[in-house]
Amino acid sequence: MAMLEYQMADRRHTDREYENELAQLRERVLLMGARVEEMMTSSRRAFSERDGDLARSTIRNDHQIDTLEMEIDELCLQVLARRQPVASDLRFITTALKLVTDLERIGDLCVNMCERVAELCEDPTYPTQGPIPRIGEAAQSMLHDALDAFVAGDANKAEQVVQRDHMVDAYYAQLFPELVAHMMSDPTVVFRSTRMLSIGKYIERIADHATNIGELVVFMVRGQDVRHMGPASNA
Amino acid sequence: MNVERPTNLTQKTAKKMDVDAESSPAIRSANDKARLEAVEPASAPQPELNSKPRWDEVSVSEITPKMRTEGLHASFGASEVLKGISLPIAEKLVTAIIGPSGCGKSTFIRCLNRMHEVVPGATAKGKVLLDKQDIYDRDVDPVRVRGRVGMVFQKPNPFPTMSIRDNVLAGLRLNGVKMADPDGQVERALRQVALWEEVKDRLAKAGTSLSGGQQQRMCIARALALEPEVLLMDEPCSALDPIATARVEELIHELRESYTIVIVTHNMQQAARVANFTAFFYLGQLVEYNRTPVIFTRPNEQRTEDYITGRFG
Repeated sequence: MAMLEYQMADRRHTDREYENELAQLRERVLLMGARVEEMMTSSRRAFSERDGDLARSTIRNDHQIDTLEMEIDELCLQVLARRQPVASDLRFITTALKLVTDLERIGDLCVNMCERVAELCEDPTYPTQGPIPRIGEAAQSMLHDALDAFVAGDANKAEQVVQRDHMVDAYYAQLFPELVAHMMSDPTVVFRSTRMLSIGKYIERIADHATNIGELVVFMVRGQDVRHMGPASNA
Repeated sequence: MNVERPTNLTQKTAKKMDVDAESSPAIRSANDKARLEAVEPASAPQPELNSKPRWDEVSVSEITPKMRTEGLHASFGASEVLKGISLPIAEKLVTAIIGPSGCGKSTFIRCLNRMHEVVPGATAKGKVLLDKQDIYDRDVDPVRVRGRVGMVFQKPNPFPTMSIRDNVLAGLRLNGVKMADPDGQVERALRQVALWEEVKDRLAKAGTSLSGGQQQRMCIARALALEPEVLLMDEPCSALDPIATARVEELIHELRESYTIVIVTHNMQQAARVANFTAFFYLGQLVEYNRTPVIFTRPNEQRTEDYITGRFG
């Protein structure tokens, strides 16, 4: 079936009030995306620089994301109730409703990551960072590209995000045996190693949520559901 | 898998180790298997997930048509209103025609029972097949066609001097049908439109004494009394309040069991609610014809998208 890919920004509604409501919704989703990206950046920095203060201040910022989630949900309900959107508008609204859940979860995972970092900062050193910096970098770039794809309505870019999830999974698979080996050779690092393992897992989950966002963007643009397409899908 | 909610920093650690141990793929799959077996014996009957309604499996190209237009052109004098419409109309299903004012949708359905030609200067060419017979053939009697293809109009149009009973029988009388059991026919027709209980004690009262919604259902009963095979509805709810509209829509759902229905509507939500297939007309042309869920969630044509989302002009 020939699918048209729409550039929503180029085509305006006859009803300018409706146009404004959609623009406002879009702007709030982008703001929430930007906040979540910031949160992830500072979580990773807190980890790499062993900065307990930064970890704690990042945790305190999470409520902004929760507030935005509720605001966006409310806006979506308003538009659904008042406008009965169809076609690309309907796909945009339903995408926004689901996307904010993924963003909010990413925020929560950053909180979890910062909690573990704060705990680890009470000890003198990390046992090993292993592939965690690489996992973090890959997951963050997936999140960034997924949000870019949302802004641009770029389904191809979104598909590429979805395809990159297996890389993060592969990095995470390396982390587990590496940490187990450390724990076996030196029982004093067991506690710290389990914290590191958790951090790796949180980031791997963040990549899963970025993948979800990529899949949602493909649906928004093409009207095509690409979720649960293969055995690799675990989100 | 559950994601941990934000917790405070002092939360102790033993529980978290469990969570992470569970994430190891081997342990996870063993756990999953044990859980699945606990809740679901292997022999448990599987619910049928694929029992979709019949029409949902049918694409436009697979429609079993009750009617079909082929290259239908219609004009008023020199102005051409329909520019070659080819459209199959699915049997015992609801087809909605949507499009902006002046796109030709009313003219289209008026061609389906030869009502178009009653306007002076109106002409039509092309084919309109009803059960494979062209209703525009020279030897076809248009009155007979209108008996098989009934019509309901935008505004309820009861005959003002007639009682409810006579209104229902008017179509039969005008067509010279001999009635063995007129009272039975009145009751049957009024029951079909769910109006019988409301009016059975005042059948001799004027049709105009009913509310707008009741009048419209009476007019549908008048069309049904002729036992048509196809029912054309030209914006049947545009003059009705939301409750009367809901009654007519419910009626359409019921009538679909026995009749082929074509409805013209300006109300897109109505098309989305009642129709199995939707055709979008623009400037006398058929832009897109598809299953209704496709039209309203992911139309293929930019003009359809623009119209239904309100991005026109």
